[in-house]
Amino acid sequence: MAGENGGLEIRPMDQFEVKALFGGDVSWYTPTNVTLWMALTVVAASALMIYGARGRALVPSRAQSAAEMTYGFIYNMVKDVAGHDAVRFFPHVFTLFMFVLFANLLGLIPFAFTTTSHIAVTAVLAFTVFLSVTALGFILNGTKFLGLFWVSSAPLALRPVLALIELISYFARPISHSIRLAGAMMAGHAVAKVFAGFAGALGAAFFVPVLAVTALYALELLVAVIQAYVFTILTCVYLKDALHPSH
Amino acid sequence: MEGDIAEMGKYIGVGLTAIGMGGAAIGVGNIAGNFLSGALRNPSAAAGQTAMLFIGIAFAEALGIFSFLVALLLMFAV
Amino acid sequence: MAETAASGSGMPQLDVSTFSNQIFWLIVTLVVLYYVMSRVALPRIAAVLADRRGTITSDIAAAEEYKLKAQQAEEAYNKALAEARAEAGRIVDAAKAEMQAELDVQIAKADAEIAAKAAESERRIREIRDSAMEMVSDVSKDVTTDILDVFGAKADKRSVTAAVNARLKGDA
Repeated sequence: MAGENGGLEIRPMDQFEVKALFGGDVSWYTPTNVTLWMALTVVAASALMIYGARGRALVPSRAQSAAEMTYGFIYNMVKDVAGHDAVRFFPHVFTLFMFVLFANLLGLIPFAFTTTSHIAVTAVLAFTVFLSVTALGFILNGTKFLGLFWVSSAPLALRPVLALIELISYFARPISHSIRLAGAMMAGHAVAKVFAGFAGALGAAFFVPVLAVTALYALELLVAVIQAYVFTILTCVYLKDALHPSH
Repeated sequence: MEGDIAEMGKYIGVGLTAIGMGGAAIGVGNIAGNFLSGALRNPSAAAGQTAMLFIGIAFAEALGIFSFLVALLLMFAV
Repeated sequence: MAETAASGSGMPQLDVSTFSNQIFWLIVTLVVLYYVMSRVALPRIAAVLADRRGTITSDIAAAEEYKLKAQQAEEAYNKALAEARAEAGRIVDAAKAEMQAELDVQIAKADAEIAAKAAESERRIREIRDSAMEMVSDVSKDVTTDILDVFGAKADKRSVTAAVNARLKGDA
């Protein structure tokens, strides 16, 4: 799209293309760069949580300390946000966090493919959370789960209106949940690519966009972690709504 | 020619949806600023409320994401 | 692939033909990651954390015990110190008393010796004086008798003695 008028040829979206690893068409089971980078995500997460913590030392090494801090961070998040009875869903939330965090971080490696920049991926994650939380809400609370939409603290006349708004916002959750993550990842990577393209086009003044990309890279690192955090904490908030629907 | 005008309208519409993201930016800035002013008044209570800060930011951001969604739909789906 | 993505929407994210592939591999990844995390990683780390918590608790208890022991040892030390001080004081007092007694005995002995010597000296002085007195009175009597003989006066021995003695007594 950017290179239609010749001159500057920057194709910021090319990095998001799904390609078969060994050539050929992409069918549902073809190993693609998606497969590769998701596998690397699993490897990286396992490396931190298993290889890093392999010493099981009382006085932890640096890697073990990082693994334990990640564990404690997510554990306390689940406990504080979703309540004590949500701790049994801690492994699920933790898996989600590790996947999103490492997919985001690995995507920052130059020439890497960012799996979480694809709406298909984040939408599956978000709808998995949405559907399982909704099902959990009905299984645990029965029809009382619908009390989530009936704001009993509001005046009676306002309640139907509020119920409508709550209902819409409830179904908007997975959309914002998924597009937030994909949008943040995609936008950051596309901007980085555009700036990097400027470096090639500017010739002698190449260091200006290189400095800009360096600064942007630091920001992207922050965004990668914060988006993983936000994705997880929102999951915890939805989980809390399912476990304790009354406001 | 007609197609060009429709194309033009599409791009103008996409540009206008960017204003919605500005609204989200105002909301997020509001939340962060209010959090900071509250945190400076009572720093000891701030640590326990950072989760609420991020949740609030996420909710404010969601509406910006909808304008982003509308832009995407206009650009590629309409 | 690149052609289809570029010629299609311009956004690879909206290329529906790759969705099934991504979703399939995502589900595989999530299931694998979930089993790796929940079966291996998380129990291990939870065990390590519980282990550490237990160790810290027991270490704190042990430290508490050691502290108590240290306090007891200090008390015992202080007690021993106080006892030793008291003992030393007693020994010093005893030594002082002994020395004092010895000193008293020696002083008394010395006093007695001095007193004996002084008494002896006095006695001898008195003897000498008495003998001297005797001689004086004898000489005086003889002289008086002789003088009376020279003058021709007849004097009996007894009155001479009484007169001489009275005169000597008045002098002395």
